[in-house]
Amino acid sequence: MASRAAGHLNGTEPVLTAHAVRRAFGPTVVLAGVDLTIARGEVVALLGGSGSGKSTLLRILAGLDGEASGKSVVHGTAAVVFQEHRLLPWKRVADNVGLGLSGADGPGRIRRALAEVGLAERHRAWPAELSGGQAQRVAVARALVREPDLLLLDEPFGALDALTRLRMQILLRRLRAEHGFAALLVTHDVDEALLLADRILLLDDCRIAAEMPVDLGSTRTPDDPAFGALRRHLLDRLGVPTT
Amino acid sequence: MSRTTLVEAPDEVAAAAPVVPRRQRPARRWRRVVSPVVLVLSWELAARTGLLAAEKLPAPSDVLATGWRLSRDGTLGIHLLDSLTRAGAGLLIGGLLALALGTVAGLLRLGDDLVDPPVQMARMLPHLGLVPLLIIWVGIGESLKISLVALGAFFPIYFNTYAGIRDIDERLVEAARTCGLGPAARLRHVVLPGALPSLFLGLRLAIGAAWLSLVVGEQVNAQTGIGFLMMEAREFSQTDVVVLGLLVYALLGLISDSALRVLERRMLTWRRGLRAT
Repeated sequence: MASRAAGHLNGTEPVLTAHAVRRAFGPTVVLAGVDLTIARGEVVALLGGSGSGKSTLLRILAGLDGEASGKSVVHGTAAVVFQEHRLLPWKRVADNVGLGLSGADGPGRIRRALAEVGLAERHRAWPAELSGGQAQRVAVARALVREPDLLLLDEPFGALDALTRLRMQILLRRLRAEHGFAALLVTHDVDEALLLADRILLLDDCRIAAEMPVDLGSTRTPDDPAFGALRRHLLDRLGVPTT
Repeated sequence: MSRTTLVEAPDEVAAAAPVVPRRQRPARRWRRVVSPVVLVLSWELAARTGLLAAEKLPAPSDVLATGWRLSRDGTLGIHLLDSLTRAGAGLLIGGLLALALGTVAGLLRLGDDLVDPPVQMARMLPHLGLVPLLIIWVGIGESLKISLVALGAFFPIYFNTYAGIRDIDERLVEAARTCGLGPAARLRHVVLPGALPSLFLGLRLAIGAAWLSLVVGEQVNAQTGIGFLMMEAREFSQTDVVVLGLLVYALLGLISDSALRVLERRMLTWRRGLRAT
Protein backbone atom coordinates (compact mmCIF):
# COMPACT_ATOMS: atom_id res chain seq x y z
CA MET A 1 0.00 0.00 0.00
CA ALA A 2 2.83 2.35 0.78
CA SER A 3 3.89 3.48 -2.63
CA ARG A 4 6.16 6.11 -3.98
CA ALA A 5 4.23 8.63 -6.01
CA ALA A 6 5.64 10.75 -8.78
CA GLY A 7 6.52 14.32 -7.97
CA HIS A 8 7.11 13.69 -4.31
CA LEU A 9 9.57 16.52 -4.21
CA ASN A 10 6.70 18.96 -4.37
CA GLY A 11 6.94 20.74 -1.02
CA THR A 12 3.27 21.43 -0.55
CA GLU A 13 2.09 17.90 -1.09
CA PRO A 14 1.40 15.92 2.09
CA VAL A 15 3.77 13.07 2.85
CA LEU A 16 0.94 10.74 3.74
CA THR A 17 -2.70 10.62 2.78
CA ALA A 18 -5.05 7.94 4.00
CA HIS A 19 -8.72 7.82 3.26
CA ALA A 20 -11.57 5.69 4.66
CA VAL A 21 -9.24 3.10 6.18
CA ARG A 22 -11.25 0.20 7.55
CA ARG A 23 -10.10 -2.94 9.29
CA ALA A 24 -12.05 -5.68 11.01
CA PHE A 25 -10.81 -8.87 12.65
CA GLY A 26 -13.70 -11.23 12.02
CA PRO A 27 -16.80 -9.56 13.41
CA THR A 28 -14.80 -7.07 15.48
CA VAL A 29 -14.38 -3.73 13.74
CA VAL A 30 -11.14 -2.05 14.80
CA LEU A 31 -11.02 0.87 12.38
CA ALA A 32 -14.25 2.18 10.91
CA GLY A 33 -13.14 4.65 8.28
CA VAL A 34 -10.09 6.68 9.29
CA ASP A 35 -8.95 9.73 7.31
CA LEU A 36 -5.46 11.02 7.91
CA THR A 37 -3.11 13.49 6.28
CA ILE A 38 0.42 14.28 7.40
CA ALA A 39 2.24 17.28 6.01
CA ARG A 40 5.92 17.25 5.09
CA GLY A 41 8.03 17.55 8.22
CA GLU A 42 5.05 17.35 10.54
CA VAL A 43 5.09 15.14 13.64
CA VAL A 44 1.69 13.71 14.45
CA ALA A 45 1.01 11.73 17.60
CA LEU A 46 -1.71 9.14 17.60
CA LEU A 47 -3.05 8.68 21.10
CA GLY A 48 -5.49 6.11 22.30
CA GLY A 49 -6.11 3.52 24.96
CA SER A 50 -4.85 -0.02 24.54
CA GLY A 51 -6.84 -1.93 21.97
CA SER A 52 -8.02 1.25 20.28
CA GLY A 53 -6.44 0.24 16.97
CA LYS A 54 -3.47 2.64 16.99
CA SER A 55 -0.93 0.00 16.07
CA THR A 56 -3.31 -1.54 13.55
CA LEU A 57 -3.55 1.80 11.78
CA LEU A 58 0.22 2.22 11.75
CA ARG A 59 0.70 -1.27 10.32
CA ILE A 60 -1.78 -0.46 7.56
CA LEU A 61 0.01 2.80 6.76
CA ALA A 62 3.33 0.91 6.69
CA GLY A 63 1.90 -1.48 4.13
CA LEU A 64 2.11 -4.47 6.49
CA ASP A 65 -1.59 -5.31 6.53
CA GLY A 66 -2.97 -6.68 3.30
CA GLU A 67 -6.48 -7.17 4.58
CA ALA A 68 -7.43 -3.59 5.29
CA SER A 69 -9.63 -1.62 2.95
CA GLY A 70 -9.40 2.04 2.06
CA LYS A 71 -6.63 4.03 0.48
CA SER A 72 -3.27 4.94 1.92
CA VAL A 73 -0.44 6.51 -0.01
CA VAL A 74 3.01 7.54 1.18
CA HIS A 75 4.45 10.21 -1.09
CA GLY A 76 8.13 9.44 -0.75
CA THR A 77 9.82 6.90 1.49
CA ALA A 78 8.76 5.56 4.85
CA ALA A 79 10.65 3.70 7.56
CA VAL A 80 9.29 1.98 10.64
CA VAL A 81 10.50 1.70 14.24
CA PHE A 82 8.58 -0.89 16.24
CA GLN A 83 8.03 -1.24 19.96
CA GLU A 84 10.56 -4.07 20.03
CA HIS A 85 13.85 -3.36 18.29
CA ARG A 86 13.40 -6.28 15.85
CA LEU A 87 17.08 -6.48 15.02
CA LEU A 88 18.19 -9.69 13.34
CA PRO A 89 20.16 -11.53 16.05
CA TRP A 90 22.50 -13.11 13.47
CA LYS A 91 23.71 -9.84 12.01
CA ARG A 92 26.12 -7.44 13.62
CA VAL A 93 24.84 -3.96 14.42
CA ALA A 94 26.23 -2.37 11.23
CA ASP A 95 24.73 -5.11 9.05
CA ASN A 96 21.39 -4.68 10.74
CA VAL A 97 21.44 -0.96 10.06
CA GLY A 98 22.43 -1.57 6.44
CA LEU A 99 19.81 -4.27 5.85
CA GLY A 100 18.40 -3.91 2.35
CA LEU A 101 20.21 -0.62 1.88
CA SER A 102 21.07 0.18 -1.71
CA GLY A 103 22.92 3.02 -3.34
CA ALA A 104 26.39 4.44 -3.09
CA ASP A 105 28.50 4.79 0.07
CA GLY A 106 26.59 2.24 2.14
CA PRO A 107 29.28 1.82 4.82
CA GLY A 108 29.67 5.59 5.19
CA ARG A 109 25.95 6.11 5.61
CA ILE A 110 25.73 3.30 8.15
CA ARG A 111 28.61 4.82 10.12
CA ARG A 112 27.00 8.25 10.14
CA ALA A 113 23.59 6.87 11.16
CA LEU A 114 25.15 4.97 14.05
CA ALA A 115 27.12 8.03 15.09
CA GLU A 116 23.93 10.05 15.18
CA VAL A 117 22.40 7.73 17.75
CA GLY A 118 25.69 7.66 19.67
CA LEU A 119 26.65 4.06 18.91
CA ALA A 120 29.44 4.48 16.37
CA GLU A 121 31.83 2.31 18.34
CA ARG A 122 29.34 -0.56 18.69
CA HIS A 123 29.08 -1.34 14.98
CA ARG A 124 30.72 -4.76 15.38
CA ALA A 125 28.52 -5.85 18.31
CA TRP A 126 25.84 -8.53 18.15
CA PRO A 127 22.30 -7.39 19.03
CA ALA A 128 22.31 -9.75 22.04
CA GLU A 129 25.16 -7.73 23.53
CA LEU A 130 23.20 -4.47 23.59
CA SER A 131 20.99 -3.10 26.33
CA GLY A 132 17.35 -2.42 25.58
CA GLY A 133 17.97 1.28 25.01
CA GLN A 134 20.99 0.67 22.79
CA ALA A 135 19.11 -1.87 20.68
CA GLN A 136 16.27 0.59 20.20
CA ARG A 137 18.76 3.26 19.16
CA VAL A 138 20.13 0.87 16.54
CA ALA A 139 16.56 0.37 15.33
CA VAL A 140 16.24 4.15 15.02
CA ALA A 141 19.52 4.24 13.08
CA ARG A 142 18.23 1.48 10.80
CA ALA A 143 15.25 3.69 9.99
CA LEU A 144 17.28 6.92 9.67
CA VAL A 145 19.89 5.52 7.31
CA ARG A 146 17.17 5.23 4.65
CA GLU A 147 16.63 9.01 4.88
CA PRO A 148 12.86 8.57 5.08
CA ASP A 149 10.36 11.30 4.33
CA LEU A 150 8.09 9.72 6.92
CA LEU A 151 9.00 7.86 10.07
CA LEU A 152 6.35 5.50 11.43
CA LEU A 153 6.92 4.94 15.14
CA ASP A 154 4.90 2.25 16.90
CA GLU A 155 5.28 2.95 20.63
CA PRO A 156 9.01 3.04 20.00
CA PHE A 157 10.02 3.69 23.60
CA GLY A 158 7.21 1.74 25.29
CA ALA A 159 9.45 -1.11 26.41
CA LEU A 160 12.20 1.07 27.87
CA ASP A 161 12.73 2.17 31.45
CA ALA A 162 11.81 5.70 32.47
CA LEU A 163 15.27 7.30 32.19
CA THR A 164 16.15 5.66 28.88
CA ARG A 165 12.77 6.72 27.62
CA LEU A 166 13.45 10.36 28.41
CA ARG A 167 16.82 10.21 26.70
CA MET A 168 15.25 8.64 23.62
CA GLN A 169 12.64 11.36 23.44
CA ILE A 170 15.33 14.02 23.53
CA LEU A 171 17.28 12.12 20.86
CA LEU A 172 14.25 11.93 18.61
CA ARG A 173 13.63 15.66 18.95
CA ARG A 174 17.21 16.41 18.00
CA LEU A 175 17.12 14.07 15.00
CA ARG A 176 13.88 15.56 13.83
CA ALA A 177 15.32 19.07 14.03
CA GLU A 178 18.33 17.94 11.99
CA HIS A 179 16.60 15.87 9.32
CA GLY A 180 13.17 17.43 9.16
CA PHE A 181 11.37 14.13 8.58
CA ALA A 182 7.67 13.81 9.15
CA ALA A 183 6.57 11.25 11.71
CA LEU A 184 3.55 9.41 12.94
CA LEU A 185 4.09 8.53 16.59
CA VAL A 186 1.75 5.92 18.00
CA THR A 187 1.79 6.13 21.78
CA HIS A 188 -0.33 5.77 24.87
CA ASP A 189 1.86 8.20 26.78
CA VAL A 190 0.28 11.65 26.90
CA ASP A 191 3.52 13.34 28.01
CA GLU A 192 5.44 11.80 25.14
CA ALA A 193 2.84 13.01 22.65
CA LEU A 194 2.96 16.53 24.09
CA LEU A 195 6.76 16.60 24.09
CA LEU A 196 7.22 15.48 20.52
CA ALA A 197 4.19 16.20 18.39
CA ASP A 198 2.97 19.18 16.38
CA ARG A 199 -0.50 17.74 16.32
CA ILE A 200 -2.25 15.10 18.38
CA LEU A 201 -4.95 12.77 17.13
CA LEU A 202 -7.14 10.84 19.53
CA LEU A 203 -8.24 7.44 18.34
CA ASP A 204 -11.40 6.31 20.05
CA ASP A 205 -14.33 4.11 19.11
CA CYS A 206 -12.68 2.95 15.87
CA ARG A 207 -12.24 6.43 14.41
CA ILE A 208 -10.34 9.65 15.00
CA ALA A 209 -12.39 11.25 17.74
CA ALA A 210 -10.45 14.46 18.26
CA GLU A 211 -7.62 16.43 16.77
CA MET A 212 -5.67 19.18 18.48
CA PRO A 213 -2.61 21.20 17.55
CA VAL A 214 0.16 21.43 20.12
CA ASP A 215 1.27 25.07 20.22
CA LEU A 216 3.96 24.82 22.85
CA GLY A 217 6.98 26.03 20.88
CA SER A 218 10.12 24.04 20.29
CA THR A 219 11.50 23.98 23.84
CA ARG A 220 8.92 22.10 25.82
CA THR A 221 8.96 20.99 29.41
CA PRO A 222 6.22 19.38 31.46
CA ASP A 223 6.66 22.27 33.97
CA ASP A 224 5.08 24.69 31.49
CA PRO A 225 1.51 25.63 32.66
CA ALA A 226 0.23 25.38 29.08
CA PHE A 227 1.69 21.86 28.93
CA GLY A 228 -0.18 20.95 32.09
CA ALA A 229 -3.45 22.34 30.79
CA LEU A 230 -3.21 20.38 27.53
CA ARG A 231 -2.21 17.30 29.48
CA ARG A 232 -5.28 17.51 31.71
CA HIS A 233 -7.48 18.09 28.71
CA LEU A 234 -6.10 15.04 26.89
CA LEU A 235 -6.32 12.76 29.92
CA ASP A 236 -9.88 13.93 30.38
CA ARG A 237 -10.69 12.97 26.80
CA LEU A 238 -9.05 9.57 27.38
CA GLY A 239 -11.29 9.03 30.38
CA VAL A 240 -8.57 9.26 33.04
CA PRO A 241 -9.60 11.28 36.12
CA THR A 242 -6.95 13.94 36.80
CA THR A 243 -7.95 15.08 40.28
CA MET B 1 9.99 -3.90 32.80
CA SER B 2 9.04 -1.32 35.38
CA ARG B 3 8.84 2.21 34.07
CA THR B 4 10.15 3.55 37.34
CA THR B 5 13.43 1.64 37.22
CA LEU B 6 16.24 4.12 37.58
CA VAL B 7 19.08 2.06 36.19
CA GLU B 8 19.30 0.94 32.64
CA ALA B 9 18.62 -2.75 32.99
CA PRO B 10 19.56 -5.16 30.21
CA ASP B 11 16.49 -5.99 28.22
CA GLU B 12 14.87 -9.39 27.84
CA VAL B 13 16.88 -10.23 24.73
CA ALA B 14 20.20 -9.85 26.46
CA ALA B 15 18.88 -11.89 29.36
CA ALA B 16 17.71 -14.62 27.00
CA ALA B 17 21.13 -14.92 25.35
CA PRO B 18 22.38 -18.49 25.56
CA VAL B 19 24.14 -19.19 28.80
CA VAL B 20 27.76 -19.94 28.09
CA PRO B 21 28.89 -22.94 30.09
CA ARG B 22 31.84 -22.19 32.25
CA ARG B 23 34.97 -24.00 31.14
CA GLN B 24 35.50 -27.04 33.29
CA ARG B 25 38.31 -26.84 35.76
CA PRO B 26 41.24 -29.15 34.85
CA ALA B 27 40.92 -31.21 38.05
CA ARG B 28 37.29 -31.90 37.26
CA ARG B 29 38.10 -32.86 33.69
CA TRP B 30 40.72 -35.36 34.81
CA ARG B 31 38.30 -36.84 37.30
CA ARG B 32 35.90 -37.59 34.47
CA VAL B 33 38.59 -39.67 32.72
CA VAL B 34 39.10 -41.97 35.72
CA SER B 35 36.15 -44.33 35.37
CA PRO B 36 36.54 -45.06 31.62
CA VAL B 37 40.23 -45.78 32.14
CA VAL B 38 39.48 -48.07 35.09
CA LEU B 39 36.85 -49.89 33.03
CA VAL B 40 39.21 -50.52 30.11
CA LEU B 41 42.00 -51.59 32.44
CA SER B 42 39.76 -54.09 34.25
CA TRP B 43 38.57 -55.43 30.89
CA GLU B 44 42.21 -55.93 29.84
CA LEU B 45 43.02 -57.56 33.16
CA ALA B 46 40.00 -59.87 33.06
CA ALA B 47 40.87 -60.99 29.54
CA ARG B 48 44.55 -61.52 30.39
CA THR B 49 43.81 -63.60 33.48
CA GLY B 50 41.37 -65.77 31.53
CA LEU B 51 38.37 -64.53 33.48
CA LEU B 52 36.90 -63.52 30.11
CA ALA B 53 37.16 -66.22 27.46
CA ALA B 54 38.98 -64.84 24.38
CA GLU B 55 36.25 -66.10 22.04
CA LYS B 56 33.62 -64.18 24.05
CA LEU B 57 35.47 -60.92 24.50
CA PRO B 58 39.15 -60.45 23.57
CA ALA B 59 41.39 -58.01 25.42
CA PRO B 60 41.34 -54.41 24.21
CA SER B 61 45.01 -54.66 23.35
CA ASP B 62 44.23 -57.61 21.07
CA VAL B 63 41.47 -55.61 19.38
CA LEU B 64 43.89 -52.74 18.80
CA ALA B 65 46.51 -55.15 17.44
CA THR B 66 43.94 -56.57 15.03
CA GLY B 67 43.01 -53.04 13.99
CA TRP B 68 46.65 -52.25 13.31
CA ARG B 69 47.11 -55.47 11.30
CA LEU B 70 43.98 -54.86 9.19
CA SER B 71 44.83 -51.25 8.49
CA ARG B 72 48.36 -52.15 7.47
CA ASP B 73 47.27 -54.72 4.92
CA GLY B 74 44.65 -52.28 3.62
CA THR B 75 41.60 -54.42 4.44
CA LEU B 76 40.18 -51.93 6.91
CA GLY B 77 40.71 -49.02 4.54
CA ILE B 78 38.80 -50.67 1.69
CA HIS B 79 35.84 -51.58 3.86
CA LEU B 80 35.82 -48.23 5.60
CA LEU B 81 35.78 -46.40 2.29
CA ASP B 82 32.81 -48.44 1.07
CA SER B 83 30.90 -47.79 4.28
CA LEU B 84 31.67 -44.07 4.08
CA THR B 85 30.56 -43.92 0.44
CA ARG B 86 27.23 -45.54 1.32
CA ALA B 87 26.68 -43.21 4.26
CA GLY B 88 27.63 -40.16 2.20
CA ALA B 89 25.40 -41.05 -0.75
CA GLY B 90 22.44 -41.90 1.47
CA LEU B 91 22.85 -38.75 3.55
CA LEU B 92 23.09 -36.61 0.45
CA ILE B 93 20.00 -38.09 -1.21
CA GLY B 94 17.84 -38.25 1.93
CA GLY B 95 19.12 -34.93 3.23
CA LEU B 96 18.52 -32.94 0.06
CA LEU B 97 15.05 -34.43 -0.37
CA ALA B 98 14.22 -33.63 3.25
CA LEU B 99 15.60 -30.11 2.93
CA ALA B 100 13.53 -29.43 -0.18
CA LEU B 101 10.29 -30.89 1.20
CA GLY B 102 10.80 -29.34 4.64
CA THR B 103 11.35 -25.93 3.07
CA VAL B 104 8.26 -26.23 0.88
CA ALA B 105 6.13 -27.37 3.83
CA GLY B 106 7.60 -24.74 6.15
CA LEU B 107 7.26 -21.78 3.81
CA LEU B 108 4.07 -22.39 1.87
CA ARG B 109 0.64 -23.14 3.27
CA LEU B 110 -0.16 -25.29 0.24
CA GLY B 111 3.08 -27.18 0.69
CA ASP B 112 2.27 -27.74 4.35
CA ASP B 113 -1.15 -29.15 3.49
CA LEU B 114 0.14 -31.44 0.75
CA VAL B 115 3.50 -32.59 2.10
CA ASP B 116 3.23 -32.71 5.85
CA PRO B 117 0.38 -35.26 6.38
CA PRO B 118 2.02 -38.14 4.47
CA VAL B 119 5.40 -37.40 6.07
CA GLN B 120 3.82 -37.39 9.53
CA MET B 121 2.24 -40.77 8.78
CA ALA B 122 5.43 -42.27 7.39
CA ARG B 123 7.32 -41.09 10.45
CA MET B 124 5.49 -43.65 12.55
CA LEU B 125 6.98 -46.52 10.53
CA PRO B 126 10.25 -47.77 12.01
CA HIS B 127 12.43 -47.36 8.96
CA LEU B 128 14.68 -50.28 9.87
CA GLY B 129 11.57 -52.45 9.89
CA LEU B 130 11.19 -51.69 6.19
CA VAL B 131 14.16 -53.90 5.30
CA PRO B 132 12.05 -56.85 4.01
CA LEU B 133 9.94 -54.52 1.87
CA LEU B 134 12.99 -52.67 0.60
CA ILE B 135 14.64 -55.96 -0.37
CA ILE B 136 11.60 -56.75 -2.53
CA TRP B 137 11.63 -53.27 -4.03
CA VAL B 138 15.29 -52.53 -4.67
CA GLY B 139 16.97 -55.91 -4.17
CA ILE B 140 19.85 -56.73 -1.87
CA GLY B 141 22.56 -54.69 -3.58
CA GLU B 142 24.01 -51.26 -2.96
CA SER B 143 20.66 -49.53 -3.47
CA LEU B 144 19.29 -51.25 -0.37
CA LYS B 145 22.04 -49.84 1.85
CA ILE B 146 21.79 -46.36 0.37
CA SER B 147 17.98 -46.35 0.57
CA LEU B 148 18.12 -47.32 4.23
CA VAL B 149 20.58 -44.54 5.06
CA ALA B 150 18.55 -42.02 3.03
CA LEU B 151 15.36 -43.03 4.87
CA GLY B 152 17.07 -42.73 8.24
CA ALA B 153 18.48 -39.30 7.41
CA PHE B 154 15.28 -37.96 5.85
CA PHE B 155 13.06 -37.60 8.90
CA PRO B 156 15.30 -35.67 11.31
CA ILE B 157 16.27 -33.22 8.59
CA TYR B 158 12.71 -32.78 7.36
CA PHE B 159 11.27 -32.12 10.81
CA ASN B 160 14.02 -29.77 11.88
CA THR B 161 13.89 -27.80 8.64
CA TYR B 162 10.14 -27.48 9.03
CA ALA B 163 10.33 -26.49 12.70
CA GLY B 164 13.26 -24.16 12.10
CA ILE B 165 11.34 -22.21 9.48
CA ARG B 166 8.13 -22.19 11.49
CA ASP B 167 9.88 -20.95 14.62
CA ILE B 168 11.24 -17.82 12.95
CA ASP B 169 9.84 -14.74 14.59
CA GLU B 170 7.23 -13.31 12.23
CA ARG B 171 8.06 -9.84 13.53
CA LEU B 172 11.62 -10.09 12.18
CA VAL B 173 10.28 -10.99 8.74
CA GLU B 174 8.01 -7.98 8.97
CA ALA B 175 10.86 -5.69 9.97
CA ALA B 176 12.86 -6.96 6.99
CA ARG B 177 9.92 -6.12 4.76
CA THR B 178 9.85 -2.55 6.03
CA CYS B 179 13.56 -2.36 5.17
CA GLY B 180 12.65 -3.08 1.56
CA LEU B 181 13.70 -6.73 1.37
CA GLY B 182 11.88 -8.77 -1.27
CA PRO B 183 10.96 -12.46 -0.85
CA ALA B 184 14.32 -13.77 -2.09
CA ALA B 185 16.30 -11.40 0.12
CA ARG B 186 14.10 -12.23 3.13
CA LEU B 187 14.80 -15.92 2.51
CA ARG B 188 18.53 -15.25 2.48
CA HIS B 189 18.82 -12.75 5.33
CA VAL B 190 16.04 -13.85 7.69
CA VAL B 191 14.72 -17.36 7.00
CA LEU B 192 17.97 -19.19 6.27
CA PRO B 193 20.02 -17.80 9.19
CA GLY B 194 17.02 -18.11 11.47
CA ALA B 195 16.52 -21.77 10.62
CA LEU B 196 20.23 -22.62 10.66
CA PRO B 197 20.42 -23.74 14.33
CA SER B 198 17.58 -26.20 13.66
CA LEU B 199 19.22 -27.36 10.44
CA PHE B 200 22.38 -28.20 12.34
CA LEU B 201 20.42 -30.15 14.93
CA GLY B 202 18.65 -32.04 12.14
CA LEU B 203 21.94 -32.85 10.44
CA ARG B 204 23.46 -34.18 13.66
CA LEU B 205 20.49 -36.43 14.30
CA ALA B 206 20.53 -37.51 10.65
CA ILE B 207 24.17 -38.53 10.81
CA GLY B 208 23.42 -40.63 13.87
CA ALA B 209 20.52 -42.27 12.04
CA ALA B 210 22.72 -42.81 8.99
CA TRP B 211 25.31 -44.84 10.92
CA LEU B 212 22.56 -46.87 12.56
CA SER B 213 20.96 -47.62 9.18
CA LEU B 214 24.33 -48.61 7.81
CA VAL B 215 24.92 -51.12 10.62
CA VAL B 216 21.67 -52.85 9.74
CA GLY B 217 21.98 -52.45 5.95
CA GLU B 218 25.49 -53.87 5.75
CA GLN B 219 24.40 -57.06 7.42
CA VAL B 220 22.23 -57.90 4.41
CA ASN B 221 24.29 -59.56 1.69
CA ALA B 222 27.13 -57.07 1.73
CA GLN B 223 30.45 -57.97 0.07
CA THR B 224 32.27 -54.98 1.53
CA GLY B 225 31.93 -52.50 4.37
CA ILE B 226 32.51 -52.54 8.10
CA GLY B 227 29.25 -54.45 8.63
CA PHE B 228 30.35 -57.13 6.18
CA LEU B 229 33.70 -57.34 7.96
CA MET B 230 31.87 -58.01 11.23
CA MET B 231 29.47 -60.57 9.75
CA GLU B 232 32.32 -62.44 8.12
CA ALA B 233 34.31 -62.42 11.33
CA ARG B 234 31.35 -63.86 13.20
CA GLU B 235 31.30 -66.83 10.80
CA PHE B 236 34.87 -67.58 11.78
CA SER B 237 34.43 -66.63 15.44
CA GLN B 238 36.95 -63.79 15.13
CA THR B 239 35.57 -61.87 18.06
CA ASP B 240 38.42 -59.34 17.91
CA VAL B 241 37.34 -58.24 14.43
CA VAL B 242 33.70 -57.96 15.54
CA VAL B 243 34.69 -55.72 18.45
CA LEU B 244 36.97 -53.76 16.12
CA GLY B 245 34.01 -53.15 13.79
CA LEU B 246 31.97 -51.83 16.69
CA LEU B 247 34.84 -49.58 17.66
CA VAL B 248 35.10 -48.20 14.13
CA TYR B 249 31.37 -47.46 14.03
CA ALA B 250 31.63 -45.64 17.36
CA LEU B 251 34.64 -43.63 16.18
CA LEU B 252 32.87 -42.66 12.96
CA GLY B 253 29.91 -41.35 14.95
CA LEU B 254 32.18 -39.48 17.34
CA ILE B 255 34.29 -37.88 14.61
CA SER B 256 31.33 -36.78 12.49
CA ASP B 257 29.58 -35.32 15.50
CA SER B 258 32.60 -33.31 16.66
CA ALA B 259 33.28 -32.05 13.15
CA LEU B 260 29.74 -30.81 12.93
CA ARG B 261 30.02 -29.17 16.34
CA VAL B 262 33.07 -27.21 15.22
CA LEU B 263 31.28 -26.12 12.05
CA GLU B 264 28.23 -25.13 14.08
CA ARG B 265 30.28 -23.03 16.46
CA ARG B 266 31.91 -21.21 13.57
CA MET B 267 28.68 -20.51 11.73
CA LEU B 268 26.54 -19.59 14.72
CA THR B 269 28.89 -17.16 16.44
CA TRP B 270 26.01 -14.79 17.12
CA ARG B 271 24.48 -17.30 19.51
CA ARG B 272 27.46 -17.11 21.81
CA GLY B 273 26.23 -13.66 22.69
CA LEU B 274 28.45 -11.81 25.06
CA ARG B 275 31.54 -13.94 24.60
CA ALA B 276 31.93 -13.19 20.89
CA THR B 277 32.99 -9.85 19.51
